[in-house]
Amino acid sequence: MAALGPLSRTARLGCNLCRKHRLVFNRNLQRRGIASCIDPSYGLSEEQKEFQKVAFDFAANEMAPHMAEWDQKEIFPVETMRKAAQLGFGGIYVQPEVGGSGLSRLDTSIIFEALSTGCVSTTAYISIHNMCAWMIDTFGNNEQRERFCPDLCSMEKFASYCLTEPGSGSDAASLLTSARLKGDHYILNGSKAFISGGGDTDVYVVMCRTGGKGPKGISCLVVEKGTPGLSFGKKEKKVGWNSQPTRAVIFEDCAVPVTNRLGAEGQGFNIAMKGLNGGRINIASCSLGAAHASVLLARDHLLVRKQFGETLANNQFLQFKLAEMATKLVASRLLVREAATALQQSRADAVSLCSMAKLFVTDECFNICNQALQMHGGYGYLKDYAVQQFVRDIRVHQILEGRCIFSFLCSRSQFDLSAYVFNLLPQEPTR
Amino acid sequence: MSGRVLVGVKRVIDYAVKIRVKPDNSGVVTDGVKHSMNPFCEIAVEEAVKLKEKKLIKEVVAVSCGPQQSQETIRTALAMGADRGIHVEVSGKDYETLGPLQVSKILAALAKKEDAQLIILGKQAIDDDCNQTGQMTAALLDWPQGTFASEVSMDGAQVKVVREIDGGLETIKINTPAVLTADLRLNTPRYATLPNIMKAKKKKIANVKPADLGVDLTSRLEVLRVDEPPQRQAGMKVETVEDLVEKLRDTGMV
Repeated sequence: MAALGPLSRTARLGCNLCRKHRLVFNRNLQRRGIASCIDPSYGLSEEQKEFQKVAFDFAANEMAPHMAEWDQKEIFPVETMRKAAQLGFGGIYVQPEVGGSGLSRLDTSIIFEALSTGCVSTTAYISIHNMCAWMIDTFGNNEQRERFCPDLCSMEKFASYCLTEPGSGSDAASLLTSARLKGDHYILNGSKAFISGGGDTDVYVVMCRTGGKGPKGISCLVVEKGTPGLSFGKKEKKVGWNSQPTRAVIFEDCAVPVTNRLGAEGQGFNIAMKGLNGGRINIASCSLGAAHASVLLARDHLLVRKQFGETLANNQFLQFKLAEMATKLVASRLLVREAATALQQSRADAVSLCSMAKLFVTDECFNICNQALQMHGGYGYLKDYAVQQFVRDIRVHQILEGRCIFSFLCSRSQFDLSAYVFNLLPQEPTR
Repeated sequence: MSGRVLVGVKRVIDYAVKIRVKPDNSGVVTDGVKHSMNPFCEIAVEEAVKLKEKKLIKEVVAVSCGPQQSQETIRTALAMGADRGIHVEVSGKDYETLGPLQVSKILAALAKKEDAQLIILGKQAIDDDCNQTGQMTAALLDWPQGTFASEVSMDGAQVKVVREIDGGLETIKINTPAVLTADLRLNTPRYATLPNIMKAKKKKIANVKPADLGVDLTSRLEVLRVDEPPQRQAGMKVETVEDLVEKLRDTGMV
């Protein structure tokens, strides 16, 4: 009898979602357009609800109708992203005096979660662009901030983050791209792999080696497209994230002025990791949006598809499954928002929370989207249905921005090796 | 001319929500249901803000009548570019019976108080589809009205309005002060930008009670019952045209 307790709770939740009671009551297919228990506006301030509303409206009107086309034709939607930038989405957590919106990490998470329901791939790129703009805003001097940030915030220019190399992914601190000082320029040699936006973007934030081995020898340089010696590999063919081009970025005796260095020599790795803390929240937020959209798609399908004489919504197993998906979605959302709050307040647990959030949320949300696809049956496998694109697009969120390292990071902090928590690890997470 | 425009904005159930009737048939379920600004009111706000940007008017005042939550709707208008808001507090029983007659009395009183040059409203609300408030307000104020506007342009102290009517498009010129109601094709409402949403926080929303305006809220209407539309019946297939004509005659349609 005791076992029925949790089951009946799940059943009630499932019923709530499927409106089973209401279906019996009304005897027709009336349903809410917006499922209330996974409503992402709970707990938000009035202002945050406004931001979220704008982002949802933009996603529904400007992105969702084109999501499939951008994926199939591999279009980098420059005009749409510039429209988003006009609303302030180009530099959400960049300071207003250089053109940003000056919002908090939590505001940012809410916005990306909403935008992601329109197109995950494009939103993920926008988040990478935001991360780069923030790095320049935070670690650049005033001259650099004024030179780069306004154009980035308006998306007049686009940015890419260059850390990963063919030989260094998880082991990012072992990167090899060298930057030899010659007069008032650094001469760069080496290559970066898997760079989002590579070849189509204008500003590259590059982590390169100016000093000795390990993280302390790494500096951060801003390289502009068109600099002699900067070239790009072929456009990669990917399973998802097709609305953003991915290419290798190649440096051959590429001369970059010393005035393009962000922060001090040897500070580059620290800058990269700090950028990634926020980047992880952003990527996790994108996963949340995809999972939210997928739960709604699955719910709608269950209400329509009939087998064995009734709609799938009356099937108890599917009700339970949907309820589980909703629960995990809300749990993930809470973790991401807490991580965002911690980062904003520079709390001691911020870094580990960001890592945990990214690890947990990207996994759970992928499972949610995958389940949603399964619930569609054969239809879920067709490109006519959006759910498969959500699955393909968020699969990579479980890979990039670091993964297995998190168990390492968290287990180390559990043993109270606090120095390691502050990004001075020899092995570090990666883009 | 004061150059001031009053824009009425109504908080309604979001257009994307599937409406459900309460089990006691007394009305529609509104608790816990997503609400947002009436789409035609959004178009009205957009038009007012556009006129301000063209420097044809000086101030846009967003007005909403309703409970505390109506302030959210006014904030959205402020985020779109309105300068300040007026929240006319109506709650409880009064709010349930609030209809175009009461709202138009409130708007007429406010228009006189604020010395408004124009009142721009949505042509109708998507919850009651009354399409009466604009017309009643104009009548109470004895102002000209340009309803179902699909194009508005100002010409000195006159307003040229292209109206969408059954036969096509009608162009009229009316004197200000006047009441306009916005139709679907008047404009495409802008997205609020993040900076504007933040600026909206600082804009003022004044609180007013209907009694302060000398308005009597008693309704002349009583809602007896609310029902869902009848279930769609299955159609019939016929073999020949003769059968079709016979069936049409039988059911009295021809």
